[in-house]
Parts: sequence; C-alpha cells; structure tokens
Amino acid sequence: MSKYDEMWTGLGIDLEAHDSLLRVLGSAYKDIYLKQENRPKGMEYFDFVVSELHGLRVKELMDARANGRKVIGTFCVFVPEELIIAVNAIAVGLCAGADIASDAAEEYVPRNTCALIKSAFGFKLAKVCPYIEATDMIVGENTCDGKKKAFEEYKDIVDNLYVMDLPQMKSEVGKYLLKAEYKRFARTLEELTGNKITVEGLKRGVKMVNDKRKAMHRLASLRAAAIVPISGLDSLLANQVFFYDDPERFIASVNAICDELEVRIEKGEGVFPKNTPRIIVSGCPMAVPNWKLPHIIETSGAVIVGEEMCTGERGTQHLVDEACETIEDYFDAIADRYFKIDCAVFTPNDDRLNHVKQMVDKYKADGVIHYGLQFCQPYAHEAMTMEKILEGSDIPVLSVETDYSQEDLGQLKTRIEAFVERLQD
Amino acid sequence: MIHAGIDIGSRTIKLVVMEDGIIKISKKTENTFNTIENCKELLQDIKYDSITATGYGRHLFNEYFGSNVISEIKAFTKGTNYLFPNSRTILDIGGQDTKAISMDAKGRIKKFEMNDKCAAGTGRFLEIMAMALRFSLQEFGDRALEASESEKINCMCTVFAESEVISQLARGADRKAVAKGIIQSVVNRSITQLKKVGISEDLVFVGGVAFNNGVVRLIEESLNTTLCIPEDPQIVGAIGAALEY
Repeated sequence: MSKYDEMWTGLGIDLEAHDSLLRVLGSAYKDIYLKQENRPKGMEYFDFVVSELHGLRVKELMDARANGRKVIGTFCVFVPEELIIAVNAIAVGLCAGADIASDAAEEYVPRNTCALIKSAFGFKLAKVCPYIEATDMIVGENTCDGKKKAFEEYKDIVDNLYVMDLPQMKSEVGKYLLKAEYKRFARTLEELTGNKITVEGLKRGVKMVNDKRKAMHRLASLRAAAIVPISGLDSLLANQVFFYDDPERFIASVNAICDELEVRIEKGEGVFPKNTPRIIVSGCPMAVPNWKLPHIIETSGAVIVGEEMCTGERGTQHLVDEACETIEDYFDAIADRYFKIDCAVFTPNDDRLNHVKQMVDKYKADGVIHYGLQFCQPYAHEAMTMEKILEGSDIPVLSVETDYSQEDLGQLKTRIEAFVERLQD
Repeated sequence: MIHAGIDIGSRTIKLVVMEDGIIKISKKTENTFNTIENCKELLQDIKYDSITATGYGRHLFNEYFGSNVISEIKAFTKGTNYLFPNSRTILDIGGQDTKAISMDAKGRIKKFEMNDKCAAGTGRFLEIMAMALRFSLQEFGDRALEASESEKINCMCTVFAESEVISQLARGADRKAVAKGIIQSVVNRSITQLKKVGISEDLVFVGGVAFNNGVVRLIEESLNTTLCIPEDPQIVGAIGAALEY
C-alpha cells in the first residue's frame, strides 16, 4: 500500500502492474545509482525525486490542476516550454525509457520501431504512467518518420493528442514553418487554459527556461575539470529530471550541486581517479529510466564528461534572447533558439558534428561513444558519418546500437571495455 | 615467473601457461552449462604466479577465482602480436562473435568491429548450418570447396537461414553448393567488418572457425591475399591473456 494508491487509482493506473514497475525501478536505481562512490551530497535531492518519481510530483500536478492550471505532456525538446509557462500551464516530459508492454505496443506500431516509441505506447497501454494520465494535452511532433507515423496511431489510445509539425531543413522557409507552428501551438494553449499569451507571460517563461538551461550549462562546464567532480550517470539524471521537475526547485537544486562541485574541484576531489579515460556520449535520447549504457561505461573504467543528446546538451544548449519588447519579438527569439537544435531529423545537419567536436575539446574527452537506438534511422546514418570524420581527426569513436532489453549487456560490456583499453593504450 | 591466460568462450574454454615468454602448456575444454566447474577441471594441477581471464566468461571467472581481466579484443591483439609481430589486421571468428581489429605498428588497437547481438556469421552459425546439411564440421568446409557453383543465402539470421537452406535442399539444390553459399555469406560479412577497420597486411585469421578450410580459402580468394593462421588459432586469446599480467 502506498499513500498515493488513491491518487493512482483515480488516474486509472493499473496498481498491480505499476507496483511491479516501481519495484524494478527501485532496485535498478539502487544497483546503478546508489552503488556509485563519492557522489556529491547534493544528489540526495535527485535520489528523493526518483523515490517520488510517480508520487509527489504527480500529486503536485494534480493539486495544480485542482487549482485550475493545465498540464502539458511532451516527448521532444522542440516543444517550447516557454509558451507553456506563459499561459501558466506546466510542462512534463512523458515516460518512454523502459521496455513496457512492447507486445501490446506492436499492435499499433511495426515490430521494427525503436524502443523509445514503443515505450510511449507501452506505458499508456499498460496503464503504468501517471504522468500520461495527469495531462490535459499531450504534444506529439513530426520529427522522425517513426514518431510521425506513430502519432497517427497514438491518437487512438489517448484522447488529448496535439501534433506539431517541424521543418526538416535549416532554411528560411523552415524557420517560417517553425515559427508558424509555435504560434498555432500558442493559440491552442490559450484555448485550453483560457489564459492569453502576453509579453509579461512570455518574459516569465523565457527567463525561467533560460535559467534552467543556465544551471545545466554551469553543471556541464564543471565536468571539464581534470578530476571529474560528478559522474556521467548523475549528470544524466539531472538532464532527465530537467523535463518534469518544478522549474524553480530544479534550478535551485542544480545550482546547489554546482556550488558543491566547485568546492570539490578546488580540493581536487572527484568521482574517479585522475587520468580515467573521458568519454562524450552522443546520439539518441535517454529517457528515464534508461541508464543502461552510461552504467556500463562508468563500470568499465571510464567517465562520461558530456552528453550530446536531447537529454543533454542538444536539449539545453542555446538560450532564448531575453531582450524582447513585443509578443512578435518573443516568437522570433523563441523560434531562433529552437531552430538551432541539431536533431538528426534535419538535413544536412553539420552543426551536430561540429558540436560533438567542440564538446571533445571543451571537456577534454579521449573518445566518443555513439549511442543509437536500434531501428533509429536518422542517428544510424549520422553515426557512420561521425565515425568516419572523427576517426579521421584522431578522435576514437565507438558506435553501438542497442535497445532497452538486457540481453546484449555482455556484448556491450566487451566492446566498451575494449574501447576503454584502446583509449588507455 | 609463470603467467596463465584463460579464454572463456561461449563454446570452448582455452588455457595457456607461459614461462619467460614461452608457451609451456596449452589446454582446451568444452564450455558446458557449468563454466566454473569446467574452469576448475582445466586448472587442475596447473601452477601459476598470475592468471588473466578473457572471453565472455571473464568477469564470472574473476569473481570466483580472482584474476586480472582483459577484453577479448585486447587479448587477441596481444596474442596475435606475439605470434605474428608483423600483423596489422586480425579477423577472429569464434563461437558466438566475430571481431575485426586493426593495429598500429606498435601493436596497439586502432579500431575494432564486433557483430551485433546475434549468432549470424559466427562459428555457431556454421555449426547449425552443417547440421542442417548433415555434414560434419570438417566435411562442411572441404565439400563446399568442391562445389563449382554456390547457392546464395539471403538470410543472415541463423534461424531463418536454416529454413532457407532446408527449402533450397527441397528444391533439389546441390548440397555442396549450398554449403559453399553459406560459407560465402559468412565470408562476405566478415570482409565487411574487416573493411570497416581497414585491411592492411599481415592479415591474421584466428578463432575456432580458422580451422575451417572452406572459410579460409574463400576469404583468401575474395581478398586476393594469403592469411596468416596460427598452428592453433583457438588459443590466441588465451596467449594474449597470459601476456597481460
């Protein structure tokens, strides 16, 4: 019995399946996170967040709804949280990081669909995600073909889906489309919430989300230290929680960790010994509780110093210009910022490769591990280019393709250990 | 000092004992359902100052016996360098995985490729195909080389390929030609992996599948080269492990 049983039942959660999910999640967190050594004390906040993953935060959302606020579920870093905050609504990233009910999901999407998409269906079909159930609107988006087509089916299993179109080329027309889609989204938000988009609202939204990003930028830059003060796993967790925590509390918690890390760096304290091979992980997003690859990397003698992923710098880099006076200015500034996201659905997409190179320099990385979800075509293509180009400039690359299952752990571990040995040679 | 290396593969466990850089003992046993027992038997009466484990059972071995641990890729690189100091590229086809490794002049790993999480193109794949054709493993390679034609195999999934082979036979295809087609498919796959890491000579072929004449000959023909093959291609990983202490 949990104190949240009543809330979960009210949301239509299958309590039995949900309990077993929480048990698995709890033991995975214990094995992967709590067994790490020398963790910053500030991570206790995130331990608490995870322990209350489907509890306290969902209750906060339900309380906010009782007070008339709306909750918007999202799946993608292209959904502008600024607009959601501007209408006094709350954005939450939805669950898509675990292998749940894939058999049921395969009744809606083809077998060779990536684990992330299947998971979004699985969580809904198995009735184990209180976030999905607590939303007033779910935003889908036309990124890759897999997601684009999957949302055609997703609308049959949820009754509040809104789909946003996205450009595929970084052209003037592309940017025009993005801005137009953000305006259409803003109108929908206005209708849903009954609140108008105003300059004051946008100012608040832009500042809040920028502050979230700035906190993450600060955390990221501290990882450039010779003795890395925080593990990649812990940093990834902060990047994951970025999507659903209360923004103000999140900003304060990340900044508190950064204060602590600065002291650690001063004292020369860290999570791994000096000269531990340093890795940049680049590729598909890792949604909670997908900690598989970073766990293998950091238990194979290497440390992750940066994530070029949606749950990482791809999601948090670039700020929205805050020097705006009119609503139109704000829409331009927001579209400008989001248009820079270098997701692999864009063609061409040289920015992403350049960003990885910059990250290798900035965080003094010894190598890059490219992470592709099986059946994710855009990232599989870019993995090939990235490997050729980076290896050509003497940056070692290991490209792995995997999913949420555990059956390839042994093979992944062998490859990653060998890659780390290569970096040490 | 006596250094032992043990390579715990999916099908076979290999042990090599070296003293002052010379191989003194080399032993093998089949890996059954109880790896630890198999290792104990293999290590009976063996004396050593240090032992290093590699292969997919390396961490299990370390937990039980306490040893150094290195990846198969490093072990094969070291072992190959010991046997063939001029080698630059390694192809290893073992029971459940295939690896291609390129090295620099100092014998350091430059790049490596491994097959994904399935048995396609591995020793186990060949075993299953030989069984489907009612050939012994030895016959399988030899008969394949007698065929003038080869039947193309499209499926690389072991399970699907087996049904494809059965339907080819049902169609009246020549058994030798089917065998040649299977081997050619493994060879093509291996060459793709080799090309990804870059092929430079000497090219060394190791792992249990290097015992198969058919695979060896077809690789040599496809690449128009001569492969270096150790006397016992199965123990290269264990040699490499014994060298890492």
